[in-house]
Amino acid sequence: MTVQTEDRIARAFAAARAEGRTPVFPFIPAGWPEIDATVEIVEAAVAGGAAGVEIGLPFSDPMGDGPTNQRAYEEAIRNGANAETVFAAVRELRARGVSVPLIVMGYFNPLLSYGISRFVQTAAEAGVDGLITVDLPPQEAGEVEAPAREAGLHMIYLLAPTSTEDRIQLVADHGSGFIYCVGVVGITGARSVLSDELPEYIARVRAQTDLPLAIGFGISSREHVRQVGEYADAAVVGSAFVQLVGETPREERPAKVRAYLEEITGRDSG
Amino acid sequence: MTPNPEIPADPSAPNELGHWGEFGGQYVPETLMPALAELEQAYQRYREDPEFKAELEALLKDYVGRPSPLTLASRLSEEVGAKVYLKREDLNHTGAHKINAVLAQALLARRMGKKRIIAETGAGQHGVATATACALFDLDCVVYMGAEDVRRQSLNVFKMKTLGAEVVAVQSGSRTLKDATNEAIRDWVTNVRDTYYIIGSVVGPHPYPMMVRDFQSIIGREAKQQLFEKEGRLPTIAVACVGGGSNAIGLFHEFIPDQVRLIGVEAAGEGLDAKHAATLSKGRPGVLHGSRSYLLQDQWGQIQEAHSISAGLDYPGVGPEHSHLKLTERAEYRAVTDDEALDAFQRLSRLEGIIPALESSHAIAQVLKLKGEVKPDDIILVNLSGRGDKDMNTVAQALGVSL
Repeated sequence: MTVQTEDRIARAFAAARAEGRTPVFPFIPAGWPEIDATVEIVEAAVAGGAAGVEIGLPFSDPMGDGPTNQRAYEEAIRNGANAETVFAAVRELRARGVSVPLIVMGYFNPLLSYGISRFVQTAAEAGVDGLITVDLPPQEAGEVEAPAREAGLHMIYLLAPTSTEDRIQLVADHGSGFIYCVGVVGITGARSVLSDELPEYIARVRAQTDLPLAIGFGISSREHVRQVGEYADAAVVGSAFVQLVGETPREERPAKVRAYLEEITGRDSG
Repeated sequence: MTPNPEIPADPSAPNELGHWGEFGGQYVPETLMPALAELEQAYQRYREDPEFKAELEALLKDYVGRPSPLTLASRLSEEVGAKVYLKREDLNHTGAHKINAVLAQALLARRMGKKRIIAETGAGQHGVATATACALFDLDCVVYMGAEDVRRQSLNVFKMKTLGAEVVAVQSGSRTLKDATNEAIRDWVTNVRDTYYIIGSVVGPHPYPMMVRDFQSIIGREAKQQLFEKEGRLPTIAVACVGGGSNAIGLFHEFIPDQVRLIGVEAAGEGLDAKHAATLSKGRPGVLHGSRSYLLQDQWGQIQEAHSISAGLDYPGVGPEHSHLKLTERAEYRAVTDDEALDAFQRLSRLEGIIPALESSHAIAQVLKLKGEVKPDDIILVNLSGRGDKDMNTVAQALGVSL
């Protein structure tokens, strides 16, 4: 796929490569911890050096997520968060001049329920760059892929250490923007050490695609980001970031979020 | 008659991606895709394997007690105004139809070299059946059960523990079957390399809905043969309760090509305009737990809590093949309230000396409602999917009796 000037994802990866940095994408559920919290959290993360942000579309039954994200989704739903909450936050962020990639991450049912073409059009118009749908592997995604492409959204698929060569090929053929490589055999959640099989697994994926590779699930520290940078093109920080946000009182949040991103991206050490 | 686990060529098979029309499929995290492919391969291989079939057949006969009897319910027949036959899955070892698919899957797990078994359970019947199979085959067993169901079904929890299983009380969400299923899937995603997930119903990603149906279809095959022996003909109507829908599809499958009216009975709980579990009657299509099917959900696609007095029907989804049978109008789906099921529970007990499970009581209630609609020479075949022992506390409480 040719890199278009308006392709924020391609631009983010190109800029990071030019500067020799590993781009970091934090994940945060929309409408959480407070229904109107998303814009200030994303702005603070970007100010701290986030290369882009994955905004979670809350779902009642997130079977790929660990307890931290599950609880955040449950609270977001109780706050009244839904697809409109995601779109409103993205619109507001774009209006405020945030120009990094904003990606909607979630599960298929809320998207399906909203109406697929209505969802992808509304998302694209709001300023969303791509979709990551945990329970929508490429062989089931045909009905989303075509309208998403047409609207200008990237379809970002996941791979796992268990993925066979066939599956890697399928994802390489259907995905765009980047590939989200789940770093562990397991659900989301912070872990103290990264998997030993990571280098071999990422090498297998790399052999079949030129798309940038992001590693997520289990990333929580500067050291993890540094290790990810050795084999892959980006790191996603999910549960660890969600936990930090959840623990921090709202008034202290922008400063803490910014400092955390500065720390894990390595900005604080110059 | 010996049990016959022979699985015939299937006129109602899903396509190669596991879809029946728009329903079914494999909506799962990528981590699980290779495991589903491995399972499908193993299933396709062993379903035709003479040794596998012989081992399953022997177990169904000598361990489960198959074939289960077909009982003419004389007094119930008089009451309804047609001949009512009960397919006695309640007489299976462990007290319900669940054991049929569990033993078959445990045999499959063993052949696949998996030493650890996980399962979800609502009422606890599937958990007890799974714990039983794991004891028999010396497999590690972890059963996920919603904390609310652990409270409601303490006897089954104790049974599972007695059989050597670990029971995990799930505290997330509504703390019932759907949350237990999420937790079992999370375990599977994490331990997929050495773990086999025994799903208890015709739900989940392909190949589960097809495979569990195939293993349960022995119910309808036996019933058809038994009815031919007794009456020399097909039933007019086949009736079964539907939660996830495994006992219903097990009964219906054999009759899908025949001129037999199929009625699935959902739980209307406190009423279809109040709290209920009538997914096909009141839900709309969506994606949950790996497949596309009718769901109880709000306007934003959040899954809603189901309610039924029967824990086994308390599920906001339903098997994808049932969604297909509904949409194509091959089967009809009705709903029966908690009160109607409680009434049927008592009436079958007093009319026939058979105490049915609360799940199966929904099917009996529907049979009672057919009075006036049916003729004396009609034959109604009902799947009595389980026995009521596990429900005595719940029923006593509902009737205001203290034990």
